[in-house]
Amino acid sequence: MSKTLIRGAKVLGGEAQDVLIDGETISEVGTGLSADGATVVEAAGQVLLPGLVDLHTHLREPGREDSETVLTGTRAAASGGYTAVFAMANTFPVADTAGVVEQVYRLGKESGYCDVQPIGAVTIGLEGKKLSELGAMHESAARVTVFSDDGKCVDDAVIMRRALEYVKAFGGVIAQHAQEPRLTEGAQMNEGIVSAELGLGGWPAVAEESIIARDVLLAEHVGSRVHICHLSTAGSVEIVRWAKSRGIDVTAEVTPHHLLLTDELVRSYNPVYKVNPPLRTERDVMALREALADGTIDIVATDHAPHPHEDKDCEWAAAAMGMVGLETALSVVQQTMVETGLLDWAGVAERMSFAPARIGGLSHLHGRPVSAGEPANLTLVDTSYRGVVDPAGFASRSRNTPYEGRELPGRVTHTFLRGRTTVVDGKLA
Amino acid sequence: MDTQALNAGAVETGPMRPVLEAQDIARVLTRIAHEIVERAKGADDVVLLGIPTRGVFLARRLAAKLEEITGAKIPVGSLDITMYRDDLRMKPARAIGRTEIPGDDIDGRLVVLVDDVLFSGRTIRAALDALGDLGRPRAVQLAVLVDRGHRELPIRADYVGKNLPTSLREVVKVQLQEEDGRDAVLLGQRTDAEAGQ
Amino acid sequence: MKRHLISAADLTRDDAVLILDTAEEMARVADRPIKKLPTLRGRTICNLFFEDSTRTRISFEAAEKRLSADVINFAAKGSSVSKGESLKDTAQTLEAMGVDAVVIRHGASGAPYRLANSGWIDAPVINAGDGTHQHPTQALLDAFTMRRRLVGRDAGLGKDLAGRRITIVGDVLHSRVARSNVDLLHTLGAEVTLVAPPTLVPVGVETWPCEVSYSLDEVLPKSDAVMMLRVQRERMNAAFFPTEREYSRRYGLDAARMARMPEHAIVMHPGPMVRGMEITAEVADSDRCTVVEQVANGVSVRMAVLYLLLGGSEPAVTAPSRTEETK
Repeated sequence: MSKTLIRGAKVLGGEAQDVLIDGETISEVGTGLSADGATVVEAAGQVLLPGLVDLHTHLREPGREDSETVLTGTRAAASGGYTAVFAMANTFPVADTAGVVEQVYRLGKESGYCDVQPIGAVTIGLEGKKLSELGAMHESAARVTVFSDDGKCVDDAVIMRRALEYVKAFGGVIAQHAQEPRLTEGAQMNEGIVSAELGLGGWPAVAEESIIARDVLLAEHVGSRVHICHLSTAGSVEIVRWAKSRGIDVTAEVTPHHLLLTDELVRSYNPVYKVNPPLRTERDVMALREALADGTIDIVATDHAPHPHEDKDCEWAAAAMGMVGLETALSVVQQTMVETGLLDWAGVAERMSFAPARIGGLSHLHGRPVSAGEPANLTLVDTSYRGVVDPAGFASRSRNTPYEGRELPGRVTHTFLRGRTTVVDGKLA
Repeated sequence: MDTQALNAGAVETGPMRPVLEAQDIARVLTRIAHEIVERAKGADDVVLLGIPTRGVFLARRLAAKLEEITGAKIPVGSLDITMYRDDLRMKPARAIGRTEIPGDDIDGRLVVLVDDVLFSGRTIRAALDALGDLGRPRAVQLAVLVDRGHRELPIRADYVGKNLPTSLREVVKVQLQEEDGRDAVLLGQRTDAEAGQ
Repeated sequence: MKRHLISAADLTRDDAVLILDTAEEMARVADRPIKKLPTLRGRTICNLFFEDSTRTRISFEAAEKRLSADVINFAAKGSSVSKGESLKDTAQTLEAMGVDAVVIRHGASGAPYRLANSGWIDAPVINAGDGTHQHPTQALLDAFTMRRRLVGRDAGLGKDLAGRRITIVGDVLHSRVARSNVDLLHTLGAEVTLVAPPTLVPVGVETWPCEVSYSLDEVLPKSDAVMMLRVQRERMNAAFFPTEREYSRRYGLDAARMARMPEHAIVMHPGPMVRGMEITAEVADSDRCTVVEQVANGVSVRMAVLYLLLGGSEPAVTAPSRTEETK
C-alpha cells in the first residue's frame, strides 16, 4: 500500500499539521510525523480541506457530449478540488429511470477522477406531469437520494407535494429549481433597472421567491425536507431564514457566480453572463454572502453548466443559459467569503464539503473529518496564489466561464480521492 | 474655398502682412461687378452662387454692386461643395454648408460662381459637379477675390480681384467683415513642420 | 461621434444637433432635379434585416442611394438564418465581401451591439432597430420633425429641444422607439413624460430621465408633442389590458382629446398606426399629425447619419462635452 505524507498543511485553516495517508484512508494526523516510506507533499502555508462535494453539476452525458462528458466533467471537478459531484438529471435521455442513473453512475466509476452521484428526475422527462420511478432509482446501483427537475421548476403544487411526501419513504430529498414558469416567459435576465434599459425580457425575483415560499410551506405541511437550488435573491434569503426559524426542514444552495457577479455585466450583451437564475443586483449579492455566512444558505453548489462555444458566440437571446464553475468555485468563494472575513476555512469546509455530503446522503463517504481512520478524500489549496483565469487551461470540455481575464485568488494544488492523487501540483494526474 | 486655403486655419504661420485692405477689396469688387455687366451684356440672366463660407459674403456684396449698376435685383445664393469634394475620405466627416438656389432653378441662366481664393482648382471642379446635379446653366463663370496660382486642374477664373503670385510655403488668408470682423487679404509664411514639403 | 450608432444614448447633444442640422441640408436634395449626391460613391452598405420592416429598409435604402452608395439588401428572415450562430456567420461573410457598413435590424435586443463589439466584423454598424432595445434613427427623425414643427426649419438650425414637453403614449415596455426617444430627447433638453397603463411600463423605469404618468388627460394640455406608440392587439391576450375598447378609451387619442392639446402641439406616430386602437382616423388624418412628414424626414436623417459616419476617414468630430443651449 502506498503512503503519502502531507507535511505542514493548515488543516481546515487551523494549526499546521502533518497528515499521513495509508492506502485509501488517513492513518495519522499530528506533528512531526515520520515520512518513512511515504511520498512527501510539502504543504507549508497551504490549507487542507476535506474533498469538496458539489451538489449541483451538469455533466451532460448522455446526450450532450459535445459540451461535457462524465470523464471531462470529473476531470474538471478534480481540478477544482472536488472528490464527489452530484450529476443533474437533465440529460438526453433524461435521468428519470434506473437505467440512465446507473449508466451515469458507472461512467463516474470508470473515470476515476471524482465520485459521481446521479440525481434522478422528479418527473418523467422533466415535464412536471408524472412522477418518475423515484423508488426504483433509489434502489438501483446508483442509490439515488436527491431528485430534481433542475432546469425546470416542479411548478405544479400537487406534483411537488406528492414528490416531497413520496421520497420520505427512503430518506430522499427534492431539490427544487424555483422558477414560476408563467412569470418568466421570455425571460432573459434579472428584471430591474438594467433589463428596462437593455430591452431584455425580465426574470423577476418574485418568480423565484413565490415558489420557495410555496415549497417551504408544503414541506412543513407534509413534514418533508426540501432543498432549494441556486438561491439568487435577497427575498429568497428572507423566506428561507423565516422557514428555518419555524423549524421547517429546508436547505439551500448558492452558486459562486451569484456571490460575485451582478446584472450590470449584462450591459455588454455578452452571453457568458447569461445564466439561470440570472445574475441579480449588488444588493442581492450582499444578502447572499451574508446568508451563506450565517448559515441561512447551507452550501455552495456550482451549477456547472457547460455549453459549446457556438451556443455562446451569438446574440444574447439565442444563447444558452449557464456557466462552467467547477474549476473556479473555490477561488470565487475565497475571494467573496474568506477574503472579506465572512467565513474562515472551516466554514468553507462546512459549506463546500460536509454540508453538501449530508444533504445528498453521501456523508458516509464524503465530507468526512480530516482525522485518522477517515477516507482520504482531501483537497490542498495554495491560498496565497493569484492568477488570471484562462479558460484555455480548463479540463472541462467547455469554456463558457464568466471569469475569463479576471484575477482570482487560490489554487488547488493536490486533490486526493481515497488516497490516490487526482491532481498533483495543480495538474491532473 | 480651396482645400489648402481651408487648411490655413490649421497651419502655423509667421507674421502675416496685408496685401489687400478694406478699400482695395471694395474697389476690386466694384471692378468685377462692372466686368460681369460688360461680359454678360446687362446681367439680366446672371445668378451669383457663393461657395461657403466667404464666397457667399463676396457674392452678396457683388449682387449689391450689380444692383447699383443695373438697377435690377440680382439673384444670389450659395453652393456648398462639401459632398462633392475629392478629398472627403482624407479627413473626418465634416459639417456641410448651405446650398441655396435663388428663384426656381438655374436652367438657362448665367451662373457666376464666387469664391475667395483660387488655388488648386479642386474646389471649383467640385462646384461644377454640384452645379451639374442642380440644373443646366447657359454658361458658368468664375469670380475670385484672389488667384494665388498653383493650379492642379485645367481651371481658370473669368474675373480676378488680384493675381497674387505665391510660393507653396506661403499662406493666403482672406478676412471678411461678416465672418472675421474686418476686411483684408493677408499673406504669410508657413512655419510648421510640413512647410518645406 | 462614435464609430457605430447602436443607441441614442451614444450621441452627445452636439452630435445630435449636428445630425439634425445636416439632415436639414440633406432634405433639400429631395427638392432637386437630381436627387443624388456623389458622397458615398464606391462604398458598399449592407442592409441586414433579420426582421421584416419594409418601411425602415426602404428608408435606409433611399438614403444610401441618394448618397450614391452601393446597396446590398440581405433579408434574413424566413431563410435558414434564424438561429444565433448565423449572425456571426453572416457578419463574417459580409466582412469577407468588403462591406463598408452594416445597417442591421434584428429581433433580439443587443444583436447590433454584439455585432459591433464581438470582433466578427470591422465595419461600422448602424442599428435599425433591435428587439425592444433601441431604434436610434427613429428617435433622430422624431427629434428632427419636432424641431422643424416646434422651433422652425431655419430657426431650428444649431438648436436643440430645450424646454419642449414631449409626451410618449402607449406600449413603452415593448418599445424600442420609446427607449430611444427618452434618451435622445433628454440629451436634447426636452422634458419627456411617458403615459401608459402600469402594465406596459417596465419595472426599473424609475431611473430613466423622464416622468411617468398613468393619465393621458392630465398630461395632454401640457404637451408640445404627443407621440402615440403602436399597441399590438395581441397584448390584450397577455393581460396587459382588458380589452381593446378599454385601452382606446383610456389611452387612445381621439379628436376630443386632441382638442385639449395646446394649439401648436403636434401628434406623432412612428407607424404603422393601428387606427381605432391608439389613434382615431380623424386624428391620424388631421393637419396636426406628422406621420407622413416623419417618413420623409426619415430619409433625410438617415442620409445625415450615413454621411457623418461614413463620409470621411472617420466619423464627424464634435465637441466631446455637452454644452448647454445658449439663447
